[in-house]
Amino acid sequence: MKLLNAHLSPSIVISSIIVATTGLLGMSTILDRKTGVDEMVLLAKEDKDSAASVAAFEKVYPVLMHPRCMNCHPKGDVPLQGDDSHIHSMLPQRGPEGKGVLTMKCVTCHAPTGVEGARTPPGNPEWHMPPADMKMVFEGKTARELALQLVDFEKNGHKDMKALRDHAGDDLVKAGWEMGGDRELPPLSYEAFKQAWYAWIDNGAYAPSK
Amino acid sequence: MALYTINVNGAAKQVDAAPDTPILWVLRDHLRLLGTKYGCGVAHCGVCTIHLDGDAVRSCVYPISDIGTKKIVTIEGLSEKGDHPVQKAWLEWDVPQCGYCQAGQIMTAASLLAQNPQPTDEEIRRAMNGNLCRCATYTRINKAIRTAAKEM
Repeated sequence: MKLLNAHLSPSIVISSIIVATTGLLGMSTILDRKTGVDEMVLLAKEDKDSAASVAAFEKVYPVLMHPRCMNCHPKGDVPLQGDDSHIHSMLPQRGPEGKGVLTMKCVTCHAPTGVEGARTPPGNPEWHMPPADMKMVFEGKTARELALQLVDFEKNGHKDMKALRDHAGDDLVKAGWEMGGDRELPPLSYEAFKQAWYAWIDNGAYAPSK
Repeated sequence: MALYTINVNGAAKQVDAAPDTPILWVLRDHLRLLGTKYGCGVAHCGVCTIHLDGDAVRSCVYPISDIGTKKIVTIEGLSEKGDHPVQKAWLEWDVPQCGYCQAGQIMTAASLLAQNPQPTDEEIRRAMNGNLCRCATYTRINKAIRTAAKEM
């Protein structure tokens, strides 16, 4: 079995499949006898399509690993910067809340809207990194590692699946496409990314095998 | 253009400026507070540092439309008589050489000590890392901050 459900343990997944399959078969038999409704209709309601989920994550992954997203999800405690993801000049630190430290806070240079111009710091009122107690590292993660981390309540900012789904609409996520200047854009449009994100989660949030 | 009322050094000031005007130019050109200097214009050098609700911020990239009710303090408003502990320590150690970056250095140092009155050397280095000095007065800056910390 190459695909594992990302947010459930294998034993829970197997148990769920058995329960769901048994339930569906039983239900479909009754419905078939009483109404003649095709069981495919019911399957559509329970659709957890691992192949579709993984295919969607293959679109999501290059976006998350793109500098516009990954630069604020580094391995270390200093953000990355630029299309080549170099260490942020001036070495601002993450800080406990992910908003910098003392006189080197994100807000020191990243104003709520910022000003236009080549090389000016992009503005955003919520500019921050993940907090120190949950760093949500993207840098260096394989697609599988990242998918598993994203659905792990203890590692994803305590987001349940609904909150994780809604996170695609977060203003700071959206800002990745609106930073201006000559910064390279992520490989998908924002709308295409959002649809792929939803498809990944709605189809079961499965992790790729690698 | 739009009319803004901003709080600068404890006083309400009304200015008519385009919304994307960096607050640096409002301070210098509209209010004639010339202590805050223009350096790089892209938040890379720290020369233009002011306080916004106590936080050290780069005024060259902070538009007036983002200021709202936040209180601005410039080098002119740091102390009434130029006797803030950081200013006194700067004199004691004769920190400036050409002096161009020093208003930004002092404002950053004052913000650091207001938040952390007893910083370690490492914390001082980290906090001052975004303020460049072409004359390389860094050693004296570090000493002056440690002296000022004794008064905080």
